[in-house]
Amino acid sequence: MHWKLRYNQVDAEFTDGKKRARIAGHDFDLSANFILETGRGLVPVASLNYLLPRILGTPVNYNPAARRFFIGSAAVHFTAQLTRTTPPRLVMNFTAPVNPTIATEPGRLRMTFTRQPVVAPGSSTLTFDDKTIPSANYAENNGVSEISVNGSVPLMASFSNDGRTITVAPTPQQAAVPLPAANAPQALSPGTAPSAPSTPPTSPSIVVLPPRHFYAVIDPAHGGDDRGATFNDKLVEKDVTLALARRLRQELESRGITTMDLRDTDSSLTADQRAIFTNTAHPVIYIGLHASSNGKGVRVYTALLPSGGENNGPFIAWDTAQAKSLPISQAAAQGIAAEFTRRQVQVRGLAAPLRPLNNITSAAVAVEVAPPGTDVMDLNLPAYQQNVVSAIASGIAAVRDKLGAPR
Amino acid sequence: MIPRHLVIAVAVMLLAVLILGFYAGRVRNRVTELPPTAQDTRPVAPPAAGPTERVTLFVASDDAGVLRAQSANIPLPAARQQRAEELLRALLGIYLGKDSPHVLAPGSEVRAVYLVDPGLAVIDLNAAFANGHRSGILEEELTITSLIQTLTANIPDILRVKILVEGHDRDTLAGHVDLSDVFDVGAVAQVAGQLQGTP
Repeated sequence: MHWKLRYNQVDAEFTDGKKRARIAGHDFDLSANFILETGRGLVPVASLNYLLPRILGTPVNYNPAARRFFIGSAAVHFTAQLTRTTPPRLVMNFTAPVNPTIATEPGRLRMTFTRQPVVAPGSSTLTFDDKTIPSANYAENNGVSEISVNGSVPLMASFSNDGRTITVAPTPQQAAVPLPAANAPQALSPGTAPSAPSTPPTSPSIVVLPPRHFYAVIDPAHGGDDRGATFNDKLVEKDVTLALARRLRQELESRGITTMDLRDTDSSLTADQRAIFTNTAHPVIYIGLHASSNGKGVRVYTALLPSGGENNGPFIAWDTAQAKSLPISQAAAQGIAAEFTRRQVQVRGLAAPLRPLNNITSAAVAVEVAPPGTDVMDLNLPAYQQNVVSAIASGIAAVRDKLGAPR
Repeated sequence: MIPRHLVIAVAVMLLAVLILGFYAGRVRNRVTELPPTAQDTRPVAPPAAGPTERVTLFVASDDAGVLRAQSANIPLPAARQQRAEELLRALLGIYLGKDSPHVLAPGSEVRAVYLVDPGLAVIDLNAAFANGHRSGILEEELTITSLIQTLTANIPDILRVKILVEGHDRDTLAGHVDLSDVFDVGAVAQVAGQLQGTP
């Protein structure tokens, strides 16, 4: 029985139980017999690379081992370049925006691209001649592609250029490091028995985990097309939050608190991306910055968790990921509010259904800054901004014990 | 030979059909030229007629940035769902009126309230409400808390509230307060308590 197909004025003819097919007037042998089943024609997958370009008039790329099939020029290519900075950074540029799932494990950062047509570079292994980030690997399997970046220290990824660039760099947190026995507390690691001749035979090697690094993520709200509140034709919220974030970073770092800004340019991030980057970085605290023309002074918010979102075993519900950390978030908010009160800045502490607060697994607060008086342009006053961020930094530093951060 | 009076009658009927057709076309065009709902600045529908009941409205005040419980006598229908809608329309009447303590965009409306599941209420706002709302955490939170607290303080057995805009999910009210999730009434009551405190 013959089965005919016409697409874009291309005629194709197949015969049930036969390998021979005719496409656009040319005969062609399939890799297996054509099967007609309940009105549908079935062709062997292995023949698609030949069949479809002729019927569709566009190139296709089928990789049976990876179970990936691209029609047209759908593939996203990337380049990876290591910058010789201190610390080094691996900058990966993609030909289209990407949104991989990022996971970290000892010695590796893995980016998994599901339903995103990222394809291999020239070689599946890239080497960088660097001790911190020595190499990266590309692999694809079962329809999913993965780039894993190997590192001798914990790594983190950040996005820029509207999702077209991913930068991988060492996190400010450090892994376990061996300390001289004289400085070490009692923690013993039985797996590290003495072997070096210089080690006294009665004193075992001791490895301790250093105290958790005090690390804050600063999130200037809005950015890019999302302008936030428009105060007037000269002032929008996204610009005020960015200015506050830059000042806050200096204030925190001057107090010995390492920081990461979720954006330092006029770039756009979704609430989910903000939460993912924050959770991946494992900070001690997340600080979201907002600005408002309403009222005076400052409002400090913690998450108002939505209904539902039960945790199942090791899996944490996304919408209520903040639940466990809410008490320390409230402690941080109280510390910040107390500092504002001490500086005689009007302050309120509230809960709010404000993303991404509820999606963040560490302590998380948002600070909404209103003008000191009635003129909204005063939000831009350097002295006012400096006083606000200084109070936030001092408030956080004052409750560092409650946050579980070291002195 | 067709009688002359029949020819005249048929001609008159044809003329009438043509005139009516032309008139119907004009009427239809006039209807489609009505301004869209988003630009509708008419006041909300008048409250239902009938005996009034004493209710508590939680009214937001922008000046102080607080929520205030305020008693009011409004006519309420017997059906639970219609009562919920009338309550919120009474609240919006305050916000859209002269000397509003918490200004909403002209044309803001509650399209419907659905009590679809034991314990779940769905408030459907119109596009003018959300698109014209001022952006800011406190402004948006005052609005949402005011709606939910007014509803749940007067309609018993509501445990969760979902807010839609024109029948669809929306990420935020005006860039800040999250509408994508279902509100827990107990948690919102705590926020209402915070918002009723001294700023």
